[in-house]
Amino acid sequence: MADTPSYGFETLAVHAGAAPDPVTGSRATPIHQTTAFVFDDVDHAASLFNLQVFGNIYTRLTNPTVAVLEQRLAGLEGGRGAVAAASGHSAQMMAFHVLMEAGDHFIAAKQLYGGSLTQFGQSFKKFGWDATTVDATNVQNFRDAMRPNTKAIFIENLANPGGVVVDVEAVAAVAHEAGVPLIVDNTLATPFLARPFEWGADIVVHSLTKFLGGHGNSLGGMVVESGKFDWAQNDKYPSLTEPNASYHGLKFYETFGDMAYSVAIRAQSLRDLGPALSPMNAFLILTGIETLPLRMERHCDNALKVAEFLEAHPKVDWVSYAGLKSSRFYDLGKKYLPRGAGAVFTFGVKGGFESGVTIVENVELISHLANIGDTRSLIIHPASTTHRQLGEAELIAAGAGPDVVRLSVGIETVDDIIRDLDQALSRV
Amino acid sequence: MDHERYDDTYIRAILRETKIIAMVGASSNWNRPSYFAMKYLQRKGFRVIPVNPREAGKEILGETVYASLAEVPDKIDMVDVFRNSEAAGPVADEAVAVGAKILWMQLGVRNDAAAARAEAAGLKVVMNRCPKIEFGRLSREIGWMGINTGVISSKRRSQL
Ligand SMILES: Cc1ncc(COP(=O)(O)O)c(C=O)c1O
Repeated sequence: MADTPSYGFETLAVHAGAAPDPVTGSRATPIHQTTAFVFDDVDHAASLFNLQVFGNIYTRLTNPTVAVLEQRLAGLEGGRGAVAAASGHSAQMMAFHVLMEAGDHFIAAKQLYGGSLTQFGQSFKKFGWDATTVDATNVQNFRDAMRPNTKAIFIENLANPGGVVVDVEAVAAVAHEAGVPLIVDNTLATPFLARPFEWGADIVVHSLTKFLGGHGNSLGGMVVESGKFDWAQNDKYPSLTEPNASYHGLKFYETFGDMAYSVAIRAQSLRDLGPALSPMNAFLILTGIETLPLRMERHCDNALKVAEFLEAHPKVDWVSYAGLKSSRFYDLGKKYLPRGAGAVFTFGVKGGFESGVTIVENVELISHLANIGDTRSLIIHPASTTHRQLGEAELIAAGAGPDVVRLSVGIETVDDIIRDLDQALSRV
Repeated sequence: MDHERYDDTYIRAILRETKIIAMVGASSNWNRPSYFAMKYLQRKGFRVIPVNPREAGKEILGETVYASLAEVPDKIDMVDVFRNSEAAGPVADEAVAVGAKILWMQLGVRNDAAAARAEAAGLKVVMNRCPKIEFGRLSREIGWMGINTGVISSKRRSQL
């Protein structure tokens, strides 16, 4: 139903959602650093609160700077609408909040960012949301874990930290057989490398903190909806199909149609849970996104060269990067990530836990910290840091065993990155 | 006329030339989608005249409700159909009879035979769209809700 000319990805990365400010002519997106917005009159105020007209009330709900970022992501993903959040984690919380009631269940891949496994397994449990985690490399596992009260499937298409590529199209088919949406965390791939909606995903979530913002300066998150899921095909989604008491009996799906999910997240989850993104962060992330295509090309080129270097290194046991022919995910990578397999991957160093610690403590150019997707190259030893909350079995399942070192390859001169790793490895 | 997708220029021209909209199937219940659309379009300067035999004689948002298009005393530019696809057939014929210039069927409403008759009589036809959403999209206002307008412009003023 797209009625507008379709623009190329690079054009969207610079322009989607942005326009010169109508009042001042400012070409860069203004930072609307304000908590609230004046009403024209009481009727205008009432119409805004009733969701009958478009406009701004309060920055917890909408903000013009944040809205540009939301449209930018919706445009880049080829989605209908998007809602920004203060972090990737709060975006995930909101993505589920509209779908889940207490006592409901969802299925998640085991191969996820460790923080997401903890969020699902511990904090979501307190809301009465029950998650089953399954090995995502076998699609049948999702089918087997389906229950009558299952409301969604959640995967990372390119999983952190392991270089695992999931068969999105096949998992989407399992979700749709059961009448539930597939939620894909596209953080590591970014829409430049993969657009999950093209493979049947219904909802995409992002940590904008990573490659999208891209400069390691701002936290942010996003939920994007495809607009194609039929929320009325079953009675699983009362927050969308049943009258909502706080909006005098309004039914979101009936009233907002193909944008009902994002409007409901804004009007229910953002309103009540409150993790609004700050306008300043939105501005910094927007600026980052303008160069996303250029950065991702360099990130991927550098990552492949670094992965090849490590694979040939005598002190390295294995490298798990979907861009390497030796990877069991090489073929899936070619299908889902034709422009590159991203820039985050793991390798196993000979000597296990101790050697991992030696490397991260001896790099000089590469930064030892808990983040990914910065212009700078980053390194971490998950078993001693990000994945520390997990037990030994979970560590291995999450691709974060004791010998595992995770790299996020930056956009510096690749020879410098390799030289730094070489000297750190020489101390093992 | 391809009714799968419309050029922005086509929709924009329709919204620009329309002053008076007769909304068939308008509801006085404030949480119905037709009420949302009417309220929004009024704020954007359109006059919206509700048509609904079950509500005839009442008022919705300050406008008298008429039982049929034929009873509307004003000259109608656009007939906006908030009825199902089948009911849109007779509404299309009435729209032709009252000399409307545009026949617009709401999101989810599509009747190709009715559209063909209206087009043969010289009307412009839009199906399976909402004028509120299209106005919001082309004016980029709907973007304030994070909705993808698809519109890119380096112009200071919005294009509506
Ligand atoms: C794949 C993935 N998803 C979600 C998150 C959480 O994002 P945030 O730190 O912005 O809350 C992260 C953070 O590392 C991540 O790597």
